[in-house]
Amino acid sequence: MTSAESAEKLLTPVLSDPWDDSRPWTLATYRRHHGYEGLKAALAMPPDDVIALVKDSGLRGRGGAGFPTGMKWQFIPQNDGKPHYLVVNADESEPGTCKDIPLLFANPHSLIEGMVIASYAIRCDHAFVYLRGEVVPVLRRLHAAVAEAYEAGLLGRNILGSGVDLDITVHAGAGAYICGEETALLDSLEGRRGQPRLRPPFPAIAGLYACPTVVNNVESIASVPAILARGKEWFKGLGTEKSPGFTLYSLSGHVTNPGQYEAPLGITLRQLLDLSGGVRAGHRLKFWTPGGSSTPMFTEEHLDVPLDYEGVGAAGSMLGTKALQVFDETTCVVRAVTRWTEFYAHESCGKCTPCREGTYWLVQLLRRIEAGEGVDGDLEKLLDIADNINGKSFCALGDGAASPIVSSLKYFRAEYEQHLAERRCPFDPAASTVWADGPRPGHQSATEREVHA
Amino acid sequence: MTNVELGLPALPAPPYPEEVRARLAADAAELIGRYPQARSALLPLLHLVQAEEGFVSPTGIRFCAEQLDLTTAEVTAVATFYTMYRRRPAGKYHVGVCTNTLCAVLGGDQIFAELQQHLGIGNNATTEDGQISIEHIECNAACDYAPVVMVNWEFFDDQTPESARQLVDDLRAGREVRPTRGARLCGFRETARILAGFPDERPGANDESGAGGAPSLAGLRLARGEALPGTPGAKVVSPRHEEPLHEEPLHDEPHQGEPHQGEPLQEEPRHEERGPEAKADGQEGTEA
Repeated sequence: MTSAESAEKLLTPVLSDPWDDSRPWTLATYRRHHGYEGLKAALAMPPDDVIALVKDSGLRGRGGAGFPTGMKWQFIPQNDGKPHYLVVNADESEPGTCKDIPLLFANPHSLIEGMVIASYAIRCDHAFVYLRGEVVPVLRRLHAAVAEAYEAGLLGRNILGSGVDLDITVHAGAGAYICGEETALLDSLEGRRGQPRLRPPFPAIAGLYACPTVVNNVESIASVPAILARGKEWFKGLGTEKSPGFTLYSLSGHVTNPGQYEAPLGITLRQLLDLSGGVRAGHRLKFWTPGGSSTPMFTEEHLDVPLDYEGVGAAGSMLGTKALQVFDETTCVVRAVTRWTEFYAHESCGKCTPCREGTYWLVQLLRRIEAGEGVDGDLEKLLDIADNINGKSFCALGDGAASPIVSSLKYFRAEYEQHLAERRCPFDPAASTVWADGPRPGHQSATEREVHA
Repeated sequence: MTNVELGLPALPAPPYPEEVRARLAADAAELIGRYPQARSALLPLLHLVQAEEGFVSPTGIRFCAEQLDLTTAEVTAVATFYTMYRRRPAGKYHVGVCTNTLCAVLGGDQIFAELQQHLGIGNNATTEDGQISIEHIECNAACDYAPVVMVNWEFFDDQTPESARQLVDDLRAGREVRPTRGARLCGFRETARILAGFPDERPGANDESGAGGAPSLAGLRLARGEALPGTPGAKVVSPRHEEPLHEEPLHDEPHQGEPHQGEPLQEEPRHEERGPEAKADGQEGTEA
């Protein structure tokens, strides 16, 4: 068996399928790839049947929590006399996560089609895309694609003669990781500081403007058209029983070929590394995250964990956003965790004390440990503070901040102790850089060729 | 009693000159009209005033408050929450270097340190000529292109200390640079206007730089039976790989854009011509 054969068998490009066609961000190209056929199928069904179909398909949220998408739609009360809203969470900011941005850059129409289907299902006539602000190339393509969809009668009044109306407003954020938390996102979209709300009431009951609101991740919504067009049985035929379907795995870090790998849920990191050229030449895996920095880190012993919601959960972490950040033996785990913790401290919204104060003090401790100035008892103090944040903060940001600390101390306590004992960091940061061993073979030129050709 | 100087701006802030106010009020009305409730337009309005002055000034805050019937305190509370709203003017080109863990480890720390040294300014400062401001930024959702540098929030992927220095030198010298993903750079203020919600109207801007670089297409290529660097035994099925290699920019000067200057849309007609064929063999479509 060659890895090439297994790659063709193991990978299932659905969302990414049009990306190597010419100008895949245009409606014309998307239509060549069966674009908006899922919408036609949906409009031929009663809205409740669309909800049932998506629910039966088993599609689960791709933004981190894995909540069943169809169930979120079903929670929207009908005939309640209130406007309903769909808000797409395109605030992709979890460290390591890089799937929605390339997806929207290459093919924004897959999201728009999914939004029309979802809006039809939940009886919503005004939907929003909340895109993080720092990605103007994606904003540009979203603006253009929405305009194109209006022109083609796929948005606006009486879509495709169905009598269904939908407006989409593309909304750019302004730099705040916390706005990826769905209730903070809603506050931000209402023109406020992005701070999480107390739940319940959940957004399905009192969301945007206190009206029933579905908040879904980009990839979740973009996965819907294919389910409508090809059926729930096809979708369930991919992946595992409890985690059906396909998804984008984002491989980054010390690997030969970082990038997007769309595969059925349940593939393992070993399989992904085997087919994609592995860890960078001459090095070996040290630690990795299955789904962004907020998911407890894994090591070599977890290479065969099925990357689905259950498999990763059973191994003590979370599938999260499937952001597979790979670090090799040149990487100082204390440095990595210090950086992530600085991130959480910077992005903590300040609403609750455990997170606001806890992340601040974690950073102080980690910085001094990394600098070789730690003292006895620092590691216990780290764990104690992490324990006072985890589960005790207002939203999941705090839990996320505790994850790298607790998991790194679980697997690499000796390395922390080495920093304390030697009173210095034993690693050379220069050895971890991309250029430490010369340029990545072929990688740079390939990138440049595609981008500029 | 002596006056204690707190460094706070005198209130009320002066308004915009009438013609500026009237022009911005028309823009604001359009933005507000996109939302069921006016206050939802506050973030877009803050981007709008940032587009006017290069930062969010007390005058800009006053303008937003007036448009939305809020107090300046309410607007200030929001403006100071979000890191993209600047309280001091940015340079014409705002350079962000990702120093979150993955980019930092892969070289972002070194890039940021060398850029500060090269420009002679620290984090969140602007060069004396007003051309470049730099800051270290958090994860920008491009980890498969690490280390990543943003200029006016367009992607400059796969950077090295050398390429980043070259990038800022080119920007200061007025030489054109091309993002690896994104359109020809416009100034920081024009970018802020796009963020406010007014689409980029430069012809062809939306089509620049293709669908993504090698990382975006890595899995797709393997699924098509193609090889990636370091993967053995795969066949080559795409015409992509038959392109003459001399079109590649050199590795160490990837952002000069010289081979493409003055012909940004050269690919366009070819794509259009090839459209119908691509219909038949979407699998082997041309690269973007």
